[in-house]
Amino acid sequence: MAKIVPLDEAVAHCVSDGASLAMEGFTHLIPHAAAHEVIRQGRKDLTVMRMTPDLIYDQMIGMGCVAKLIFSFAGNPGVGLLRRLRDAVENDWPRPLEIEEHSHAAMANAYEAGAAGLPCAVFRGYRGAELKRVNPNIKSVTCPFTGEELAAVPALKPDVAIIHAQKADKQGNVLIEGIVGVQKEAVLAAKAAIVTVEEVVDDLRGLHPNLCILPHWTVDYVCVVPGGAHPSYTHGYYPRDNAFYTEWDAIAADRDGFLAWMDEHVLNGGPGDFARHAGKGV
Amino acid sequence: MPEFKPAEMMTVAASRALSNDDVCFVGIGAPSAACNLARLTHAPDITLIYESGTIGTRPDVLPLSIGDGELCDTALTTVAVPEMFRYWLQGGRITIGFLAAAQLDKYGNINTTVVGDYHKPKVRLPGGGGAPEIAISCAEIYITARHQKRVFVDKLDFITSLGHGPNGEGRAAFGVDTKGPTKLITDLCIMEPDAETLAFTVTSLHPGVTREAVRDETGWEVAFAESVVETPPPTEEELKVLRDLQARTKAAHAG
Repeated sequence: MAKIVPLDEAVAHCVSDGASLAMEGFTHLIPHAAAHEVIRQGRKDLTVMRMTPDLIYDQMIGMGCVAKLIFSFAGNPGVGLLRRLRDAVENDWPRPLEIEEHSHAAMANAYEAGAAGLPCAVFRGYRGAELKRVNPNIKSVTCPFTGEELAAVPALKPDVAIIHAQKADKQGNVLIEGIVGVQKEAVLAAKAAIVTVEEVVDDLRGLHPNLCILPHWTVDYVCVVPGGAHPSYTHGYYPRDNAFYTEWDAIAADRDGFLAWMDEHVLNGGPGDFARHAGKGV
Repeated sequence: MPEFKPAEMMTVAASRALSNDDVCFVGIGAPSAACNLARLTHAPDITLIYESGTIGTRPDVLPLSIGDGELCDTALTTVAVPEMFRYWLQGGRITIGFLAAAQLDKYGNINTTVVGDYHKPKVRLPGGGGAPEIAISCAEIYITARHQKRVFVDKLDFITSLGHGPNGEGRAAFGVDTKGPTKLITDLCIMEPDAETLAFTVTSLHPGVTREAVRDETGWEVAFAESVVETPPPTEEELKVLRDLQARTKAAHAG
């Protein structure tokens, strides 16, 4: 049964040091406000998973929250590389970072396996690709019917999934629209789930019979954080701040500049700061 | 002949390789520009698919990321990411996968993972994303890349996605029965795999480009087909549509 609570309360209840965390959203609906809250609460030694670590994990890695990263594409989409992640991998700053690297297909299948209660995902992948040489979690199985050799990876089952969505109703049923990514799978694969939303409405019934809905009993906490995906976007509310994604390249370029930015905007900020990004029009 | 830049010739040549009936899995950057130029010129009904789940998208400006709202707003339908990779890509529904490359070899194997050793990299690149399975599951692959010696290398530091095999042994050796890279479109020329050796061979030189220029920017011994043609230069219309698209994109991304 979902409780509607402030974000700091939800994060304090669900996220402990050493937890495994999936903060998903495929370019769209990335839960940035929640990540800032995790950073502010000083969580350490986290295992974080995301198909595209993006700016959200670049920030968490740069602030030293992360011990291990499971991922499939570590770029600043359309801009370049993730500089804080690179600094951690290449120079162990601010701490060594263990990485487990997959392809998108593997990660998507692994979340789906987690949601389906399976121990592993099976798919046609990695043929002729070298990741399976360096990642011991990529193995193969033989189809018992055809003899075809298929790739297998462990299911992803995070302790906590955190996502952002358009809206919830008063019971805590959650609606996701637009590019829906792997959020439904991540939530259903996780032991606990936090959803930040743009708004709470009276009722989601009768809008369309095939809406992507997470029923309230699959979610632990709903937190109202308007603008909470910025600089990612919320379809129907505000567009992706592509200019900020470009600016981030310079902000994250050196350690001091990054720390100064995080100090001003995250450590001395709060979830309410995101409201200025909400409702700029699409 | 109108004035044009080598990068424009590359995008135009890549767009011409696509047809109206193609179902194309589109990478960000140069592939996205080429695919949308095709859609806005000779292939209005081409189906463009981005891995964020958008099927049949018709963006007015080029997306900065693979999941910009523009892609979803203009798509025929948008599906979840696991469905995209399972039903549509692995299910064999894609005719052309369009990839860019940080590093590639003469067999069309691609590296977007690391420069140097994997465990102690000199440069940590973004990684494969969708590429390892795009490379094996699409009916065929086009690659587009700026022709530079540091990109067109003799030996890759890491094989992110399969072309025709690290030694040109062919894809069957890896249990793959799709065609793999059939075209490499650069800002200097078009290359296609030789029927015997499977190594990329120059089949068309862009206007004004010499064989020497291609050799200078290629890290392997370049082979030329028996008859090398000249790529027709961009038409006034192709250039106008491309430049308009890029101007709209630049204005939109400036916020």
